[in-house]
Amino acid sequence: MKLVFEKRDPVPMSYRVVSPVLAVLLAFLLGTVFLTASGFSPMKVYAAMFSGAFGDWYGISETIVTAIPLMLCGLAVALSAKMLLWNVGAEGQFHMGAWGAAAVALSMPDAPAWQVLPLMVLAGVAAGAAWALLAAVPRAFVGVSETITTLMLNYVAIYWIEYLVHGPWRDPKSLNFPLSAPFSDAARLPMFGYTRIHWGLIFAIVAAIAIDLALGRTKWGYEVKIIGESPRAARYAGMSIERNIIITMAISGALAGLAGMAEVSAIAGRMTRQLSPGYGYSAIIVAWLGKLNPYGVLLVSILFGGLLVGGYSAQFLGVSAASVNMLQGLMLFCVLATEALGRYKVRLVPTGAKGASQGGHGEGEAEANG
Amino acid sequence: MGTADYAVEIRNVTKRFPGVIASNGVNFAVRRGEIHALLGENGAGKSTLMNMLTGLIRPDSGDILIDGKKVALRSPADAISLGIGMVHQHFRLVETFTVAENITLGMPTPRFRLDMDPIEQEVQEFSAKFGLEVNPKARIWQLSVGEQQRVEIIKMLYRGVNVLILDEPTAVLTPMEVKELFQVMRRMAASGKTLIFISHKLDEVMEISDRVTVLRAGKDVFTAETASTTKRELASKMVGRELKPPPPRPRGTFGAPVLELEGLQALGDRGEVALKGLSLSVLAGEIHGIAGVAGNGQRELAECITGLRKTLAGRVVINGKDYTNRHPRAIIEAGVSHIPEDRLGMGLAANLPLTENAIMKNYREDEMGPGAVIDRKRATQWTRDLVSRFQVKAPTLRTPVRLLSGGNSQKLLLARETTHDHNVVVAVHPTRGLDVGATEAVHQVLLAQRSAGIGILLISEDLEELLSLCDRISVIFEGRIVGSVERENVDIDEIGMMMAGIDPAGEGAGPVEAGV
Repeated sequence: MKLVFEKRDPVPMSYRVVSPVLAVLLAFLLGTVFLTASGFSPMKVYAAMFSGAFGDWYGISETIVTAIPLMLCGLAVALSAKMLLWNVGAEGQFHMGAWGAAAVALSMPDAPAWQVLPLMVLAGVAAGAAWALLAAVPRAFVGVSETITTLMLNYVAIYWIEYLVHGPWRDPKSLNFPLSAPFSDAARLPMFGYTRIHWGLIFAIVAAIAIDLALGRTKWGYEVKIIGESPRAARYAGMSIERNIIITMAISGALAGLAGMAEVSAIAGRMTRQLSPGYGYSAIIVAWLGKLNPYGVLLVSILFGGLLVGGYSAQFLGVSAASVNMLQGLMLFCVLATEALGRYKVRLVPTGAKGASQGGHGEGEAEANG
Repeated sequence: MGTADYAVEIRNVTKRFPGVIASNGVNFAVRRGEIHALLGENGAGKSTLMNMLTGLIRPDSGDILIDGKKVALRSPADAISLGIGMVHQHFRLVETFTVAENITLGMPTPRFRLDMDPIEQEVQEFSAKFGLEVNPKARIWQLSVGEQQRVEIIKMLYRGVNVLILDEPTAVLTPMEVKELFQVMRRMAASGKTLIFISHKLDEVMEISDRVTVLRAGKDVFTAETASTTKRELASKMVGRELKPPPPRPRGTFGAPVLELEGLQALGDRGEVALKGLSLSVLAGEIHGIAGVAGNGQRELAECITGLRKTLAGRVVINGKDYTNRHPRAIIEAGVSHIPEDRLGMGLAANLPLTENAIMKNYREDEMGPGAVIDRKRATQWTRDLVSRFQVKAPTLRTPVRLLSGGNSQKLLLARETTHDHNVVVAVHPTRGLDVGATEAVHQVLLAQRSAGIGILLISEDLEELLSLCDRISVIFEGRIVGSVERENVDIDEIGMMMAGIDPAGEGAGPVEAGV
């Protein structure tokens, strides 16, 4: 018997819907191998994770809290990826957004909420956008790979925050902990009820709707779509690729910056070094798992929020925090694998049969296209 | 001469593709140790023939004999094992690997440990023997195009190839490199290797080959000792005599020039000078054809007009205004439509549905939605109109255009390009690869455009198409217009000779400059 891969085009809709679910299940399955090997009962660990993340209202609310920055950063990554721009710098833009918001909050401790909060949003969005533009401008005009520059700018942003909280911004009353002074109550983004779910959720939902509408119903969104599919066709149609790189990256950075603003204002309430357990990086996986669809990103963010929150519960069983990262990684791996596999029909063919004797499928195709 | 004296013999080979007969009973024989030139226009069937020889495709009928023995070539590996190798026009090298690594790539041995020393040594030996100088330790990206080509040749020699097919090897080379390549070819032939040299360039064929075969429309129409033929004879064999002069038609009503090019100069993709001071003009209501063998600057010409390629010198004047090096969008808005050569790669976004493709040129305008908004309903309506008016057959408007047939995707492209506001059409090989019905549909659209007073620049390799459609035909050769004839006094032989770079006024003279 022999495995034969045949290209299929188009990929059936049903597969495209099923494949992310398949990928997640496959990742958990592969995870059992790893967990068993390190001496845990996979079922127990998964059960602990699930009940930690979704078992009660507290768990669910915490899952959503964790999902908020993932949603906004995931939207940021997905939007730029629509244009084949790999913004792996959401983490840095998130930190710069938090910085911008914190700078406003700390400099106007006595201002009322209606003044300080809008300014914090504005500063966070602007700082995130500016950080993305640092990579977008060289990409647009001289072709510098944005993958490298956005990644490197992450470190600059993170160390900038470290410097501030260890130095100029350190609160004298913080007993030498690297923390800024707490924000005034007015500078805290409101939360809903007794949960920690905050306005960031609204930001994320509005952003997803706005992106969906903009991509589907505006001339800008149309250009993004064409450029993402075929830069040559876009240039031929008279679109300015440079301009769109800059606009798209700026919006992408702004979304990640907004995530930083919301996190520092609502959750932390002061600048710290520990704002993000890597939201900006997880966002890359979120964006892919969500198939770059804005609503898909929202859904997957909740799954990933649950993964993080559940991961804390699993740690009570002695599972290391890195296992959660491993599961995330496995998911990305499985997403890419199922996606690639989806382009083929896989069949088992008895050896010696006609189909199998034609050598590699590459040649078979060449012939079919000739 | 007995069969065994031929290194390669192709007997009565036929190969059909849907809608075309690419090889129609071709006979072709190459003697051992000779340099045999294979001449023919694009589409004459050269590639098909060579693909059959190298095992990429199989003939429907007929025989291939290697050293007098019938063979069945099922894969390139089969061909290599029988000693047949090909150097493609586009090199198949891994840029970041060294020369030696590229040479051993894909070989069954060595299996595990790669010891480059013996390979490098062997490369040195080939270098010395045939004058193929190249440093085996160099990485491909560091090499010039000429050196990369040598690597491709060595790759084949290393695999023990006795028959080497060179597919337009001089197209990418500088004149100096061409000389060096010819020396290498002569040494290889002298040492008993057999070479098949595919080319468009008559001068080179005359200089390097021992014998020559001309293919036309899937048939071998002529074979001779090179010494006993002339460029003039070869040119007329290539173009063919059964082409009839165009039927007379009432002279159109021509208006003012809508497109004027003055002394255009531009570089090709590889940095070579592709346009060397090209001038021409297109009048309103005229179809001005550009004849020429592929690779003489046609693509660059179209791209300079449409703003997709930088013009180094000269002017592009559209409707009396200078548009040299303006943004493609400005040129679209000036009224220039473009039917590009690469329909699915440039003219359409292959993965997107019909609707997205249909609005590509007018989405900015208010008819597709006010301000920044695209009105999906209007876009769909617009697409439906185009599809029904141009009879594009598509399952739904949401079907990605890559799933349409060549004819239907071209009709969609043509519909879009001729429906929005314009008065110039630049069409490049608009019927290439289309079946008879679709070709006819494209021709009807172009003629209707002409009647509507639009100026059309029709760049095509298909002389028959040009003869039937054009009011005027200019011939492009090596980046210049070398001659221009009106429909009323077309001389097909003359055009054929100009296409081959021969001055019709006298054999052997270089191409003539001609004012247009």
